[in-house]
Amino acid sequence: MSQSSRKKLLLMGRSGSGKSSMRSIIFSNYSAFDTRRLGATVDVELSHLRFLGNMSLTLWDCGGQDVFMENYFTNQKDHIFKMVQVLIHVFDVESKSINKDIEIFVKSLTNLQKYSPDAKVFVLLHKMDLVQIDKRQELFTIMMDKLQKISNPYHFKLIGFPTSIWDESLYKAWSQIVCSLIPNINLFNSNLIKFNSILDAEEIILFEKTTFLVISSTASIKQQQEQQQHKLTNGKLGSQKEEIEELDPKRFEKISNIIKTYKQSISKLRTNFNNLIIRGSNGTTFYLDILTENMFIMVVLKKKIEVLNGSPVEQNEESLVLDNIKAARKWFEKIENSK
Amino acid sequence: MEATIVPHPKDTNATILLMGLRRSGKSSICKVVFHNMQPLDTLYLESTSKPTNEQFSSLIDLSVMELPGQLNYFEPNYDSERLFSSVGALVYVIDSQDEYLNALTNLSMIIDFAYRVNPKINIEVLIHKVDGLSEDYRMDAQQDIMQRTGDELLDLGLEGVSVSFYLTSIFDHSVYEAFSRIVQRLIPELPSLEHMLDNLVQHSSIDKVFLFDVNSKIYVATDSSPVDIQTYEVCAEFIDITIDLDDLYIENDQNNNKNGVKGANGIKELRSVSHLSNGSTLYLKQMIRGLALVALIRNENFNGASADSEKSLTIIEYNVDLFKQALVKMWIPKH
Repeated sequence: MSQSSRKKLLLMGRSGSGKSSMRSIIFSNYSAFDTRRLGATVDVELSHLRFLGNMSLTLWDCGGQDVFMENYFTNQKDHIFKMVQVLIHVFDVESKSINKDIEIFVKSLTNLQKYSPDAKVFVLLHKMDLVQIDKRQELFTIMMDKLQKISNPYHFKLIGFPTSIWDESLYKAWSQIVCSLIPNINLFNSNLIKFNSILDAEEIILFEKTTFLVISSTASIKQQQEQQQHKLTNGKLGSQKEEIEELDPKRFEKISNIIKTYKQSISKLRTNFNNLIIRGSNGTTFYLDILTENMFIMVVLKKKIEVLNGSPVEQNEESLVLDNIKAARKWFEKIENSK
Repeated sequence: MEATIVPHPKDTNATILLMGLRRSGKSSICKVVFHNMQPLDTLYLESTSKPTNEQFSSLIDLSVMELPGQLNYFEPNYDSERLFSSVGALVYVIDSQDEYLNALTNLSMIIDFAYRVNPKINIEVLIHKVDGLSEDYRMDAQQDIMQRTGDELLDLGLEGVSVSFYLTSIFDHSVYEAFSRIVQRLIPELPSLEHMLDNLVQHSSIDKVFLFDVNSKIYVATDSSPVDIQTYEVCAEFIDITIDLDDLYIENDQNNNKNGVKGANGIKELRSVSHLSNGSTLYLKQMIRGLALVALIRNENFNGASADSEKSLTIIEYNVDLFKQALVKMWIPKH
């Protein structure tokens, strides 16, 4: 395990914007209600998280009160902003003093550029649930445009997400943030596609074990590929994509959420789950199984009509899929350990 | 006020009458149990001014009638007599965080009246909102309320009336547990159902089995081993998780057609199995009439021998199918 596998994530934003709540929900299994009990963070709270086994994240949750903030930009600046891989800046959409918020954002960008110019910058517009549904997208676009303009002089490309602790948007944002840190994500993707072609599944999704963030999924890979192709050929992003997107586009986050609830519920029996097989009401079968030490896999299979007639075939098929997953295990373990 | 305000329940339905002083939490109970409302949202419920009546068709057809707390039922223009004669269970809600002496007087008056009209009525008392009481104080409160009710009934010359007490709160599963018991007492076929479940348990190395109503998470029957509230919670949540996941991949229009075609020979039933790391297994299978069977299966000789657990699962599957057929025989011809 090399030193470079230790990643430093800065979580910044003004006081009360919801930084610690996010951290507690994603990494400490808090429910959204529980976060009300959290007090103000004093100075910097470090948390070490192991993600995908040998990737260790250090999350610097920086308390947002002005006293601390001043300190970060003056006395502690080299300590805080050195060797940063990722800056996650949280904006409270309800904030009254936007100028002050932006001023602090600019200050951190200045320091970041000086001490770790290669860092990735993510912006979360948080507490989106407080904005009317029809105004959310508009607000988000306006804010992101403005922030991007501000950060242009510092040569940072911003990636923004609208988030709220009350829905799945938080999972979406964090799984993209964390995935940007996985070095051999392409290897995972290509193997996942291969595995999919063997199983002929509707969809396969990979989850991280402790946080249940989505690492990769066949649908998102396909989407990426299509976008790339689209860039190459400059052709129109045709009707094909719409066809694929019949399913709920937020389903990954919802699944993360559901499985996390399940994990918590099972913990009442003082145990954990090994796998979960659901034969759905309309011929869809779900397999959730442990893939490697640090990953769960979910396979969604659509029953083909031909198979429907003979019911004894189904039982066999179930164990066949489980065996396939078992066989895939060693490949994914190999990728994981190759880091 | 006229007597016609009180909706007359269908005679075939088993009716539960929900009563209590004002602000004791009757509507909240109704909303949480039967409408899946979040407990915190019930803070914003308006005061109920008219009797409300709701129909639920589960294993039995059930209607729950809620009476406003502030009314006086003994005014002559109320047709209380007819009302009480038609209900199967009277549920009286007492706010345990409030002064409850008034409620107890009110309760004994109602019991007195109801019992004279309809001696077969089940009387159930919910000692409600116990989430605000400390662990020790709950038992004290229950003791006190039981004692006082007993005394009052003795004074009225009604010592033979049996009254059941439940400690409930909408913030945990206790209210579901209480309602499960209440509903169970209204199902005439309950003994045979329980016997069938006992049979299933004995022959399939099952730890605990519940027959749930999927919408309300009330269990209409369970085997005769004692109910462990934690097992109940896990089983109830297992239903939610299964349904939520299944719903995500249902495409709207296409499948409506498919269901219509397949409907003739039965839509494929929902089934879900989860192996736990301590060797037990959670098992869910859809039954008739919005019911689901959820079982916690223990694995006696758990040595990681998956072939063995596969085998026992197949046996359970077979037994559950038999159980389902029995359910069909008992209930379908009636309709």
